[in-house]
Amino acid sequence: MGYTQALSCPNAAPIASMKIHEYQAKEILRRFGVATPRSVPCFSVDEAVDAARQLGGPVWVVKAQIHAGGRGKGGGVKVARSIDEVRDLAGKILGMQLKTHQTGPEGQTVRRLLIEEGADIRKELYLGLVVDRVSQRYVLMASAEGGMDIEEVAAHTPEKIHKAIVDPVVGLRDADADDLARRIGIPEVSLSEARAVLQGLYRACWESDAALAEINPLILTGQGRVVALDAKMNFDANALFRHPDIVAMRDLDEEDPAEIEASKFDLSYISLDGDIGCLVNGAGLAMATMDTIKLYGGSPANFLDVGGGATAEKVTEAFKIMLRNPGLKAILVNIFGGIMKCDTIATGVVTAAREVKLAVPLVVRMKGTNEDLGKKILAESGLPIIAADNMAQAAERVVAAALGAAATTRPGHLPETDHGYPR
Amino acid sequence: MAILVDKNTRVVTQGITGKTGQFHTRMCREYANGAQCFVAGVNPRKAGEDFEGISIFASVREAKDSTGASVSVIYVPPAGAAAAIWEAVEADLDLAICITEGIPVRDMIEVRERMRRENRRTLLLGPNCPGVITPEEIKIGIMPGHIHRKGRIGVVSRSGTLTYEAVAQLTELGLGQSTAVGIGGDPVNGLKHIDVLKLFMDDPDTDAVIMIGEIGGSDEEAAAEWYRTNARKPVVGFIAGVTAPPGKRMGHAGAIISGGKGTAQEKLAVMEACGIRVTKNPAEMGRLLRSVL
Repeated sequence: MGYTQALSCPNAAPIASMKIHEYQAKEILRRFGVATPRSVPCFSVDEAVDAARQLGGPVWVVKAQIHAGGRGKGGGVKVARSIDEVRDLAGKILGMQLKTHQTGPEGQTVRRLLIEEGADIRKELYLGLVVDRVSQRYVLMASAEGGMDIEEVAAHTPEKIHKAIVDPVVGLRDADADDLARRIGIPEVSLSEARAVLQGLYRACWESDAALAEINPLILTGQGRVVALDAKMNFDANALFRHPDIVAMRDLDEEDPAEIEASKFDLSYISLDGDIGCLVNGAGLAMATMDTIKLYGGSPANFLDVGGGATAEKVTEAFKIMLRNPGLKAILVNIFGGIMKCDTIATGVVTAAREVKLAVPLVVRMKGTNEDLGKKILAESGLPIIAADNMAQAAERVVAAALGAAATTRPGHLPETDHGYPR
Repeated sequence: MAILVDKNTRVVTQGITGKTGQFHTRMCREYANGAQCFVAGVNPRKAGEDFEGISIFASVREAKDSTGASVSVIYVPPAGAAAAIWEAVEADLDLAICITEGIPVRDMIEVRERMRRENRRTLLLGPNCPGVITPEEIKIGIMPGHIHRKGRIGVVSRSGTLTYEAVAQLTELGLGQSTAVGIGGDPVNGLKHIDVLKLFMDDPDTDAVIMIGEIGGSDEEAAAEWYRTNARKPVVGFIAGVTAPPGKRMGHAGAIISGGKGTAQEKLAVMEACGIRVTKNPAEMGRLLRSVL
């Protein structure tokens, strides 16, 4: 059950997206004719036992529902051969901190389960769907090597991943679906079932504005049936306005609280594991700022893009969100004022620093519209703000500040080097 | 000469009556020859009216027929932006520049498909881009005009503020720009690095180019591979996102790094192998360019 983040398509387009659980993705896929095992989502051990009775035996699978792949390897998916075993496993898995390669070292608390009937697996296959930025169409990917090691397959034997680029006007043609199915070893008698799954997956994604989808494994059963044993769907965040039913599936427990808070203020925030907070306008400049901090020996605590229209209020909220991180040692503000004026940002920074009683060193680099006015506001604020004239100097000073050392850079310029590495 | 746009370009603004459209139309009109260049706006409900002296038409086609506009700039909100792009394409303009951020990917797949299928000649820049500027002639988009100077360096970038950063470094070093083009970071878009690089190579007023990229995809690699056999002018580059962790998306323009592909390291290596000088320090972009002149 390894989710691959579409590893096998180097041109897969990154799309800001909303995640849902396996059981929700299966609900959607079933509506489009994709076969899945019978299953019941549960929130308690009692519900799990009732679900198992309702489904009937002799074998059940107890599956942790979290928004991360690698659940099987992490111990979040177990087979039960009796109702007692279902009760026992549900009790163990519900509430556990499930650690997978996608959750981070602290893991993710399991709050929901899926109780599913057992399946007779003859063969494990892989299906994925992403947007390909070169052809500018959806591309379906399929492999005969499905299951937990698909990431290895994609990395080492990419030729085992077969692809079909889908024409958006006609959809996935019968012939293309059958061709893909044959290439992953679906026998002729099961072709029509495979076609239903492939076309259903594509239509489900198109209709619901999916940014990415995976069925891993897709299985061929002993009776020749083609069934989605697992499912993952992410949805284009920019298209959610036309899918209230999908928005209703959002599970805030699965998301980073800092990132949820940031999204309320239209800030783009991602937690990282370093100790230098970054507040920047523009995603490219934000990444470049993180790169520069690293170049000078520091480590960024977050990615934070305040966007093009930051107000004093937004800047204040951005500071509060960064300061939720107890490991924060210093903050770097890097603003290129275009439409956004430097004096507006300076006012926001000063207000925020006062309001949150800022206790960590703050380095500010401002450039662009009303730069001098902005610098004057910072200088006259009486706050211990360390000013910098360019990105390199700002990075050098914030790294020094985080180390507790006084910044002792020569003002005005950085050493000239051929390759851009500081001496 | 420059590329794409100059002082003789006539522009129609789609979404001129919205808050963003109004603000940026004013800024663009104040820049250089803007007062002559920005000749029309579109809003079917306000046809016949004007925005501060700029005539408003019911459609792009009417605006083109009445004013001779050949380029459009689009500030229409996301839900209607793809339809606005199509309207510009259908009116057979030379270039449509879509500033709008947050257009659903499926809408872009549909409009791009239709442009290919009907073999339309209109070029698309963006969406989710700052626009294009030929300094001291014309500014179409949301970039701060005052950091630019007229000159002979071409700039092409996926990111907005990082483009401004590069431009400001050049200007500080006394190196003006022929044209600066923001292609935007959306997954499904119009002009790519390679397209803009080709235009700069053919432009007699451009001596050298800064190409700025980001992690994800393979657009920078494609441009670099083309450059390998078509290098007629020096190109330098920077890729943002060396420190971005795999699997995390860095904001609207960022990227998932897939299977070791599309990392900053890989892009930088391909660019260098193709004869593009690169830096890992974004503060050095301007100086690196000066060193290859």
